Parts: sequence; structure tokens; C-alpha cells
Amino acid sequence: MKENKTYWKGIEQLEATPEFQERSAKEFHEYLPINGNEEGDPTRRDFLKMMGFGMAAVSLAACEAPVRKAIPYVNKPVDVDPGVANYYASTYSMGNEVCSVVVKTREGRPIKIEGNDLSKVSGGGTTTQMEASVLSLYDEQRIQSPKIDGQDTSWDELDNRIKAELASNTGKTVIVSYSNCSPSTQRAIDVLSTKYGNVEWVQYDPVSMSGTLDAYETATGNRAYPVHDFSKAKTIVSFDADFLGNWPNQTSNNRQFASTRKLDDNKKEMSRLYSFESNLSLTGSNADYRDPIKPSQQGLYIANLYNLLAQKAGVSTVSTSSVDNSVVLEKAANDLWNSKASSIVISGSNDSNVQQIVIAINDLLGAYGTTIDNSKSNNTRKGSDSAFSNFVNELKQGQVGGVVFYNCNPVYDHPLGGEISSNVSKAKTSISTSDRNDETTAISKYLAPDHHYLESWNDFEPVTGQLSLSQPTISNIFDTRQAQESFLRWGENSDSYYDFVRAGWSSLATGNFDSFWDKCLHDGVYENGNEGTSSSISVDVASVVSNIVSSSASGTELVVYSNYSIGDGIHANNPWLQEMPDPITKACWDNYLTVSLKYARENGLDYDPERMVAKLVTVSVNGTSLQVPVIPQPGQADGTVGLALGYGRTNAGKVADNLGVNAYQLVNSTSSGLNYSSNGISISGAEGTYQVAQTQTSQTYAGRETVIQETILKEYQKDPGAGRYRPKISASTGKEHPYAISLWKDHKYDNHHWGMIVDLNSCTGCGTCTIACQTENNIPVVGKQEVLNRREMHWIRIDRYYSSRGDEGRENKEAAAENPEVTFQPMMCQHCNAAPCETVCPVAATTHSTEGLNMMAYNRCVGTRYCANNCPYKVRRFNWFKYHDNAQFGDNLSMNNDLGKMVLNPDVTVRSRGVMEKCSLCVQRIQAGKLQAKKESRRPKDGEITTACVKACPADALTFGDMKDPNSKIYKKLKINELEKGVEAKEQRAYHVLEELRVMPNVWYLTKVRNKDENDKVEA
Amino acid sequence: MLKKVTDLTKKALISAFGFLLVTVVFSQEIPSDEAVIAAGEATFKANCTQCHQIHKKVIGPALAGVYERRSIEWLNAWIRNSQALIASGDEDAIAIYEEYNRTQMTAYPFDDNQIMELLAYIQAETIKGPPVEEVAVAATGTAEGDSVSSSYLTAVIIILVVVLVLALIALVIAVNTLTKYLKEKKDLGEEEEELVNQSFDLMATLKSNSFLGLVVFVFTLIVLKTLIDGAFTIGVQTGYQPTQPIAFSHKIHAGQYEIDCQYCHTGVRKSKSANIPSPNICMNCHTQVKTESEEIQKIYAAIDYDPSTQTYGTNTKPIEWVRIHNLPDLAYFNHSQHVDVAEIECQTCHGPIEEMEVVYQYSNLTMGWCINCHRETDVNTKGNEYYNKLVKLHSERSKEPMKVEDIGGLECAKCHY
Repeated sequence: MKENKTYWKGIEQLEATPEFQERSAKEFHEYLPINGNEEGDPTRRDFLKMMGFGMAAVSLAACEAPVRKAIPYVNKPVDVDPGVANYYASTYSMGNEVCSVVVKTREGRPIKIEGNDLSKVSGGGTTTQMEASVLSLYDEQRIQSPKIDGQDTSWDELDNRIKAELASNTGKTVIVSYSNCSPSTQRAIDVLSTKYGNVEWVQYDPVSMSGTLDAYETATGNRAYPVHDFSKAKTIVSFDADFLGNWPNQTSNNRQFASTRKLDDNKKEMSRLYSFESNLSLTGSNADYRDPIKPSQQGLYIANLYNLLAQKAGVSTVSTSSVDNSVVLEKAANDLWNSKASSIVISGSNDSNVQQIVIAINDLLGAYGTTIDNSKSNNTRKGSDSAFSNFVNELKQGQVGGVVFYNCNPVYDHPLGGEISSNVSKAKTSISTSDRNDETTAISKYLAPDHHYLESWNDFEPVTGQLSLSQPTISNIFDTRQAQESFLRWGENSDSYYDFVRAGWSSLATGNFDSFWDKCLHDGVYENGNEGTSSSISVDVASVVSNIVSSSASGTELVVYSNYSIGDGIHANNPWLQEMPDPITKACWDNYLTVSLKYARENGLDYDPERMVAKLVTVSVNGTSLQVPVIPQPGQADGTVGLALGYGRTNAGKVADNLGVNAYQLVNSTSSGLNYSSNGISISGAEGTYQVAQTQTSQTYAGRETVIQETILKEYQKDPGAGRYRPKISASTGKEHPYAISLWKDHKYDNHHWGMIVDLNSCTGCGTCTIACQTENNIPVVGKQEVLNRREMHWIRIDRYYSSRGDEGRENKEAAAENPEVTFQPMMCQHCNAAPCETVCPVAATTHSTEGLNMMAYNRCVGTRYCANNCPYKVRRFNWFKYHDNAQFGDNLSMNNDLGKMVLNPDVTVRSRGVMEKCSLCVQRIQAGKLQAKKESRRPKDGEITTACVKACPADALTFGDMKDPNSKIYKKLKINELEKGVEAKEQRAYHVLEELRVMPNVWYLTKVRNKDENDKVEA
Repeated sequence: MLKKVTDLTKKALISAFGFLLVTVVFSQEIPSDEAVIAAGEATFKANCTQCHQIHKKVIGPALAGVYERRSIEWLNAWIRNSQALIASGDEDAIAIYEEYNRTQMTAYPFDDNQIMELLAYIQAETIKGPPVEEVAVAATGTAEGDSVSSSYLTAVIIILVVVLVLALIALVIAVNTLTKYLKEKKDLGEEEEELVNQSFDLMATLKSNSFLGLVVFVFTLIVLKTLIDGAFTIGVQTGYQPTQPIAFSHKIHAGQYEIDCQYCHTGVRKSKSANIPSPNICMNCHTQVKTESEEIQKIYAAIDYDPSTQTYGTNTKPIEWVRIHNLPDLAYFNHSQHVDVAEIECQTCHGPIEEMEVVYQYSNLTMGWCINCHRETDVNTKGNEYYNKLVKLHSERSKEPMKVEDIGGLECAKCHY
């Protein structure tokens, strides 16, 4: 399999132009004045001047040490000990996403979000946005006090004015919010409606699932999205449904899906994922078979799938036209029929008719009751497109007297936002409770800023029967008030929201309420035993099929999508997320039009990946025109272009404003709901160029292609070592394994020997580890220009490799990029036992520890960068600038203002200019774990010491542990054999990247296994 | 035969019962076992010294002979919850409460054993009697001894120098006399005359290249040495003794009253920082003690406490102590590792803190100082299962005790990350 495969990181590598080859041989892509400047070499006098100045500066600086203060608490809280972290269970809730988390606080400051292992809903993982959300707490852009018409005011004044206006309101009062799954919030709004009457609550979702919900309402009578369990699925077929990327409960989807992909001696079966989609998504990247289709074809494909299955089931088929190429579809149908009830078919369409066929297919397969539980619903999506457009109409007609925008931003994130903006003045009262400035607060008369979720009490029921509590982990930083408490005040209820939530829970307690409450607060989650009731399903397939607009449009179609960092745009002002490279395109700080390579060639939209220069085009949809750069994207379905949501903010703060364009404007708002794809778009002219910052090619392996080792399931079942590359080197004794021969005296480990496994088969590429690491290790944000200079600082990056069959070369480029396979490989410092970086450091700033870690002493580093040059993995990152307390890096919010700095981890140094840095395997966590064990006179237990990336990984793809501990997971997984010269893994799938170099890393990779058939004619 | 056996059993039973009885009776007696007294001393020093001494009335009464004044049951009740005892109307309790200005004694949830240990310690101390000023005398004695020996050494050196100078003078006189005598002699050979008449040209010697070279070399060495020494003191603040906003004396609290360090520095066993105590710890005693003192008034001002009404206001202002021990941010130091795991005395690094009226930086806190200690110090492995394997492996290779250095205590990432 390996022999006839080509791996490539980007198009430029596939082309392999002489220029690329020349550049890839260099470490630094830009000109470096190493051998003198343009005016000539620096003179001896210059050197002496610098020396003299340096000496003077040092001696002056050393004259007097600054007086530092030590300020204790006035009254120390019992539970807070300076220097000791406290952990509180709480619930992440921003936008419509809800997830149980554990918040790490230091001296009363939340500094890290981690998953809550007790949660059955999330499974203990997090997402990039959850990890990054702690920085949004310390954002100076938050609204710092209540306001009336833009002027600061007091809460009393605000309450009196609002109460008077609501009481005299003759029209409707409408509360607009994202989907709400908080029972107590529901009760608080009920208080408001009871008080004023004629209160309507309109819920919507930035990325609407209204069509799906409507379909379920038609099919079951219950407008709810049922719980999908991917862990029970043997065959998953996704039609543009990015369940690994932006679907409700993404963390759990990742965990469940990854659990079906794990392989060991006892489990040699895995699920198979089919993906039919237009843009290359995370789900598509992880698919075993992927078929690029146009969005207008989706309904047709689904109807054809129904027919294929109906034939097998002996049910009557429906009349529909057939698809052009049904090879993959037929294969999918066969697999679905074989796995029957252990199947899931999902679609990302917002068309109720399409979704009804999907329901019919799942019903036909018998998925309800096994993989899909329709007795329980996922309550994080409730939005209704028709209710929302109805509200906008009423607003236009002046029937709405008061409108409360409860923590939502429809002016920005709804295609009808423009109409709200121009008609909001028709409502006498407009209130926004958003905790930060956004496009909607700009048009609201009253601002009643809510607490951040880390300052709030709340409860949620994200899934039927599964409750999750939210508790404040810091008292409110600004003069804000919890929105629900505002509703209670306006509804003349003087309870605090805390008491109000507790009162709501009083009926759940069986024994003593206080101890019950404390337990729930401690755990963060509670199951109330509500099993729900399943409802029967009936779909009139024949009639819905006829409703599907089957277009055979020949024009180019636009698909807007939400990406994996910025998502729907709520987090746009978070620089960590802005700088996170998109897992697929590896671009950050912008949105851009992804097009197929063929389209780019035909329209002269060539892209220069080396200089990252893209052509600018104007995209017009229904009269709205936007100017965007174009990136040719392998895997993009021919005839489609993609554009990410969440950018183009105008009032979100200094980080987000004016980055990219607002793709919500291009979403079609039709009578039947929102449509995230549009045909009949026009793309005109390459009017200029634009630089898009990408991290894609800045680290290359220069053709050493064995970094990814993969096989297919059947091969693995025959030989667990299938796909492995086993290098041999010539020695005096003949061909030997590289590790058999050494010049070095190898390290011996008495105590611990830390190591990590990366399971390439489980990694879905989501990027949560990157952000978790950034939060944990105080990694700076360098800004777009520095990313363009290839100086991003992330300690763990996810390398994305495309692979395709066929010969390398220009003529095959388009064919190869039409639908490539994708592999994600998290890459961080490999902590080599014979580390090449250690031997070249002239000042011994990087050395090896007795526990297997490759250590980096920043204060010793003089910045020669020899280590980075000598690192075969290119994981060492150099601080070209002082990124903290530097106005030139104002986007680096966590290090450039007093508020932002509160997020820094006090146990990790903030590095300064001129030093090298890299993954430390979270040595601060290792040290803390060891100390805890020593204090308790015991050895550390496996699992209690873990790194930030391992803890965050929703797919459980990373394993960290002590390779000396026979009870550890890593020891058992690798089947460790301790040899004289280091450690050997008996697990056949385990390999070291670049094994032939004999650097003997402590990070192991497990081969990627694709669930493809042998001799398969379908090249996916 | 059978009878014998039964008798034996009987006897055994009786003696066992008797033993039990004896134990029961004696359990009410205050033990005098060394270990028990030591345990009592630890408990006493950690909890009681803030307010009590054995032979001296401090905040609370002197405790010498308290086990004779009160019953053990009464003491148990009092220690565990004095307020409850007072509320129950116990006359003795009320009398003490009134005598000591209605100062509430903190309730300590000690078990019977701990209280017996305490009493054992108090009994032992009572029997010893009040400490005589002997210790101080002895200390002065040694100090005097030291100064005598050092002045003796100086005297010896001075005498030696004087003797040497005298010898030199004598030699010069002898040479001069001899030269004079030889000059007067006429019957000398040419060579001999030359030898006698040669004169020492000082200027020529001073101007000679070799001499100048030597001087420049020595001078350069001295300058370099001074510079290097100077450079090593940059940022080193040994002896740094800033004036603090409140004249708190460790000499009184830690020295005179022997209050355990942890009573105030609560974080020292659980956290990386030992913690500067917050005023609520001060107020455990200073609601009653020295309330009129100007320095204590500063605490009241910080926490907005009105001693006349004993109420707290809201206008608080944290006390800004001047930080004495400043480690650079790039170094990670953890108190609990050293105090709890390694069981190192505070004084090892902080010096004789119990003698400091105003605290100063005792150690130089340089990396060399850290490293040196890690090279010399044995790892405190006793009873700590974490180290078992390491100790075993170490003892196979070496006869020396296991130093911190041997288990990676000199590695960069132990302190720098």
C-alpha cells in the first residue's frame, strides 16, 4: 500500500518546483543578515561601542534591586492557599454550546478549563473554544457597567427605566436568544412573562438545525434532536454533517467515534465512515471513503441511498433521478445494510425534507433504539428559523414593543441581522444582556451586561435527564449582573439567582438538601433519572422526496461552514483561537474562499504558498458582494467553493474587528428556513493579491515520508505490524536496526521514564491540544505578520498530510488533489533519548533529565538556535521578540494588559526575547504530581500525572505515563520490554518518527489504519 | 491434671484481668514516657505557646501543675470547648474566664491521648522547674571564650611581627657594621673591593621591565578578581533588611513565645509559598494582647477594627509588607517540598529567625547556594515509600548515603520551567 502512495503537505510540495526544493532546504525562509548588512560588516568599533554600552547598562541596572511588596489577604479565605490550585466543577456555556468542565483556579483566578470526567454527556473532553474561553473572561472589551444609550448608569436606574417601559409596553415583548437548555433560566423568563404578559421567547442558532428539528417534529411529533451514540455505530454515513467538527456535543462525538477506531489485540474491528461533502471537513478528513459532492446534489444522494436500502429491505422505493457516480453510495448502502441497526446516517442539510428521508433511512436500518435514542434529546439545539423570521416581520411591522437580546448577536450572526438593525428603533425598548460589545449591543438602548459564565450560577440540561451545574469561580470582575437575575428584578422577584436555582433543585433532593446540593456542586453533574419516552416514527418518503428541490445546477455553488477555531464567531475576539491554524487549510487570522485546484487553474486564481499570496475575488450572492482571498483546497468538490463563518466582525474588539468577511450575509434566508449553500453565485475578477497566514509548509520533512505509517484494516488483522517501516542501517555486523549501534552512552532511568503515545487512528485533528497547551504553558500569540514570517510559537502542532496514489508531478497534481486521503499527526518535542539538540547547544541550555525529559533552561539559552537547526522534527520555537508587555503585540491579550495577565499560569515562566522554547511534557504538572505522591509517601498513581494536551484530547488519542511503571496504561499499551539500551515496544503498531536517525524519542506513534477494502476500485 | 489446667487458666485469667484493671487505673495517671512527652511537646508548641507558658502567666494562665489544680475530665472539657463549659455554669471555668478579661480560648478537637500527652509534657516541665538563666550565662561564656582566643591569636601575630622587624633591624645593623669595617681595611683584592663597594640602585630596579611587568600583572589580577567578585554579587541581597510597615518582631513571637512557624506561615507544608500571614491570624491573639500598642493599632487600621466596640468595618486596606526573599521568576521553589517532604528546618535557609528583631535575608539565595545544598544533603527517604526503589538501586551502587544530586536534584527542569 505504501509503495505507490505519495504524501504531501501542500500543493507546493506536490508540485515540487525547484524553488520549493531550494527553500525547503533552508531553515529560515526570509533573508537573514547573518554575513553582514548591506552597508558592510559591523566594524570593530561598533562591537566595542555595543560592549561598552552593554556593560554600562548591566552595571546601572544592577545598582539597586527594586523593592517588591508581599501583600497578604486581609482575611484569608479558608479554602484558598496562595500557590495551591483549587478545582471547581462548572459548566461551559457560551453561545449555544454547553459542556461540563472543571475549572482550575489559582489565588481565585480561573486559569485553565478541563473536561469533567464525571459527565456522561461530554465524556470528559473539551473543544478548542472551551479551552480558550478562559481568556475571554479577562477581555478588556467586556462591558464594564450597565449603560443607557451608551452612557454608564447604575443598576437601580436601569431597572427602574426598564420596568417602567415594559409595564407601559402595549405591544409584544420578545426575548431573543440562542438555544437555551437551562431549566432555571426558563423559570426566570417565566417570572418575567408572568409579570408583563405577552412575552414571547424566540430561540435561534447561529448555525441552524431548524430543518432537522422540524423533520423530527413531522416524523415523531416531538421537535427535538435525538441523542446519537457514535460509539455503537459500525457504519456511519455523513452527508455534509461535520459531527467531529461543529455538531452539537462535538466532544462526545469525537470520543465516541474515536472509541470505534481504537485497535488492540482484543479488538480488531473498527467502524467505517463514509462522507459525502463539498468542503473538506474534519469529518471528511477522517472518513474511510469520501465522495466530494455539490450541496445541491445532497438530497438526490440521500434519496438514492434510501432507494438502495429500500430495495434490500423489500420496501417500496421512491421515484427520483439517479446520481452520476454511485459507486461509493452503493458501497455505503451495502455496509449500512450489513451493520443494520449499528449504523448512523446523518446530514448537515437544513432542509426539513432532506432530513425526513434521513430519518426514514435510519428507521429502515433500525438505528432508533440502538445508535439513535429518540427518547432522549440533545437540548442544545432548539432554534426555529420560522419563529425567527416571524419575529423580524413583527419587528418591521411595529408589533414588537420591547426586545431583549439575551446573550445573542443576531445583527451579526443571522442573515436577517441587517433588517433587525434597521428596524429595532420601532421597538420602544431594546435591551442587550451580552457581556461584551458586539454588533447587537451597538443598536440596543439598554445594556444590562451579564456575568461571564465563569462568574455565574446556572444549571443546564444538555441531554434529557443529564443535569449540569455552573458555579462562579471568581466574583464578577466588572459591575455586571447575571442576566437571569436581571430578569428576576424586572419581574419584581428579589431572589438572588443562586437561591432561585437552588429552589428549582429542591424537588430533586432525596435526603438532606444541603448535602445533596453540595454533592451536585462538587460533581458538577447530576442524573435526575428522566428516561424520556421514545416516540414512533413515520415519514411519508414519497411526498418529501418530491419536495426536494433537485437542481442540476451547473453553476458554482457556495457552501458556508463554521471552522474549528472561531466557529460561529462568538469567540472572535479571542487571539488564541484566531491564531489556531485551521486543521485542514492550516491558515489562521482570516477567512478565505476555498476552491478546487481545477477551478483555480481555470480562473487564473493561482496561489503562491511559499509567499502565501492569494488572489482576491469578489463573491456575489443575491446582491451581497464580498471581497475574499482564494486558497485552492485539495478535496474541494468540483463546482463548489467554501467560506468560513465567524469572521468580519465590526464591533467585537481590537483582535477580531476587520478580520475577514462576514459570511452570514451570504446565508440564504428562505421561507422554508436558512440555507447554508447557495447556487447562482458569481465570482469575479482577480483584482489584487492578499496574504493569508498559513503554517502549512513552514516545517517540512524534506521527503522523508515514513513519518506517517499506515495500513488498512484487513492488513492489520493479518499482521498487526502492517504498514510499518523498519529501517536497517549498515554496520560491521551487517544490516542492523539503528538502535543496535550507538556512539553515545545511553541514558538509564532509575525513577521515572515519561513517555507518550499518539494514536494516529484516534486523532481526529481537532486542534484542542494546541489550545490546551497554549493555555497551560503561557504560549504567546504572535499575530498574523509573524505567522507569515513563520514564527508561530505553538508547542504542539498538528501536521496534516494529504496522500494519494499516483506519481508525483505536475500533470497529476489536480487528479491527486481531487480527493486525497488525510492524516493528522500531532507533533511536539519528541524528548529524544539521544537528542540531537542537546549535543549542539554551546551553553548546555538544553539537557536530558534522569526521567527521560529533554529539558530547556530558558535563562541559560543565548539564542544560537543550533538546537532548532539540529532538530529533525522542527519542534523548537524561537522567541524572535519580547511578546509580553510590548505594544507591538497588542493582540497577545494574555501578556499585554493587567487584566489579560490574570490568565497566565504562575508555575510556568513567561519567556522573553532571544530564547528557544518547546514542549516540556508539562514538566510543571509532573513535578506537582510527584510532590503530591512524596507528601503522601507513595508512588504516583498512573493517570494522576498527565499533560495538558492529553487531558484535553476529546478523542483520547494521546496517552501519557511512566514507562517504568508496569501498571501504567502506556506500559501496557506499548507492551514495553526494557532493554540494556532503552525501551522497546512489543506492540507492533508503535513506531518512532524518523526511527532511522536513532534519536530514540520518548513519544511513540501508533500506525494509522484505514477501514478500506483490499483491491478497492474506489480511490478515495 | 484437668484441675491443674483449669487452675492455670484461672490464674491466667485473673492475672489478665488484673493487668487490665491496672491499665485502666493507670490510664488516668499522667504518663512519664519520653516519647509521650515529646509528642506532647510538639502539640504544645504547635498549638498552645501562642497563649500559654508553663511557668509564666502570658495571655492565659501558667500551666505548671495544672493537672493538680483541675481534674482530667474538667481539663478535657475545657480544652475541647471552654465556652460550653462556661455556659454550663462551671464555677472554676467562669472564674478563669473573668480573671483573664473574658478572653476566649480556642476550642481544640484533641482526643484523650493527645490531652494526656500534653499533660505529660506539662508535668515533665513542672518537675523540671522554671528555667534558670543558666543557658544565657553559658552562651555568654562561650562567646567570651571565642573572643579571648581570637585576641590571643592577634597578640601572637603582633609579637611575631615585632620579633621579625627587630631581627631585620639587627641584620641591617650587622651588615652596615661589617661593610664599614671592610671598607676601612686596605688589603682587599679588586674583586672583593667591588663586592664591598657595590650600591643598591633602587630607581633602576623600579624602572626595570621585569618589575613593571610584575606590577601590571598583579594589578590586573586584583582588578579582575574584584570585578568578578563584584559581578557575582549583582542581584544578591544577603543581609537585606528593609524597614517593614509594622515593626513585627520574630524575636518576640518565634523566640520568646516559641510560637511554631506554621501557626502563622500556614502554607509552608502545603504550598510552594510559605505565605505572609493575613491579619486574621494576628487577631487570634491581638484582640486581647497589647491592644494599645502603636504597632498593633496599625493592624487594626488595616482591617478596620474598632477595639473599643470590637467590631470590624469594611474600609480595609491590605498591609504592604516589603518582600525580603526575592527569587527570580525563572526559578521555581516549593516550600512544601523542602519542609514537608525533606523535613528541613526553616533556619537552614532563613537563619536564626527566632533571634531577629527585624528579619533580614540570611542566605544569598543564589543558584550556587541551592546547588551546593543539593550536593551535600541526604535525601530524607525514611518512611517515604516514594523513594524505596531509588534507595535500593542507590545502595547497590554506592556506600555513600543518597544525596539530592543522585536523584536528579541538579537538573535544570527541577527548578526552571
